[in-house]
Amino acid sequence: MLNGIPINYYIMLSAVLFIIGVVGVMARRNAIIVFMCIELMLNAVNLLLVAFSTLHNDASGQVFVFFIMAVAAAEVAVGLAILAMVYRNFKTVDIDLLDRLKE
Amino acid sequence: MLGLTITQWLFGILSLMAIMFALMVVFTRSPVNSVLYLVLTFFCIAGHYLLLNAQFLAVVHIVVYAGAIMVLFLFIIMLMNLNTETEQQKHIIARIISGVIGGLLLFVMVGALKGAEQINIVQSGASQIGLVKNLGNVLFHEFLFPFEVASILLLAALVGAIMIGKREPASPTPPKEGLL
Repeated sequence: MLNGIPINYYIMLSAVLFIIGVVGVMARRNAIIVFMCIELMLNAVNLLLVAFSTLHNDASGQVFVFFIMAVAAAEVAVGLAILAMVYRNFKTVDIDLLDRLKE
Repeated sequence: MLGLTITQWLFGILSLMAIMFALMVVFTRSPVNSVLYLVLTFFCIAGHYLLLNAQFLAVVHIVVYAGAIMVLFLFIIMLMNLNTETEQQKHIIARIISGVIGGLLLFVMVGALKGAEQINIVQSGASQIGLVKNLGNVLFHEFLFPFEVASILLLAALVGAIMIGKREPASPTPPKEGLL
């Protein structure tokens, strides 16, 4: 094919974005940034699903992305509510300080 | 121009921008700047969706992620009054180790996938699968049950977020000080 993009490039791009998210989860202490890096990982997977959906000319992949977006929205709503409550009680969202489940 | 078509140019530019902004999300110290860089990353990913003929998903992605979820993040950061001064950093050794682990993971992924068969995606403008009509047909025929379950999930998340975020009524015993 002359005017196409190899699927490998999309795989590599998704892998790089996913790993940036993994590194962010490991390297940052702010719980909100950790959440944002999880969103980044979800988006890397979404991008790959859309790429394969176009490759196989099948709409199922795009419907999956739709569901992943719904789950991500629910996850962010509940997670940020938990973080807001944690901040109200402890006055911090530093995950290195929030390592005790009790007390 | 190097024998590349305009699609390939767009792919390269969008990919570089997405990776650069994603790196800025991780390496910027101020949480507000992180959120703004993440919005830019999402716009680049929406551009990729357009390039892949997924027009409906591109619009939904911008509305849901850049519009709704990121505003939620900004609100929470605003409520917590986070800025560069309050931002704590991990120890330098922990950061180096996480970078090394990420590099190794990338090495494994690239090594595992580099022998994959080289197939090109043909972005013909005639592809119709990303349009609302086609996606709606698939969603409401093949995926009707998961769609209903997703609605229940969103309802549960709504109720859960309200219940968690609600301020507790004044408890008879004052909360203990110095928990940390």
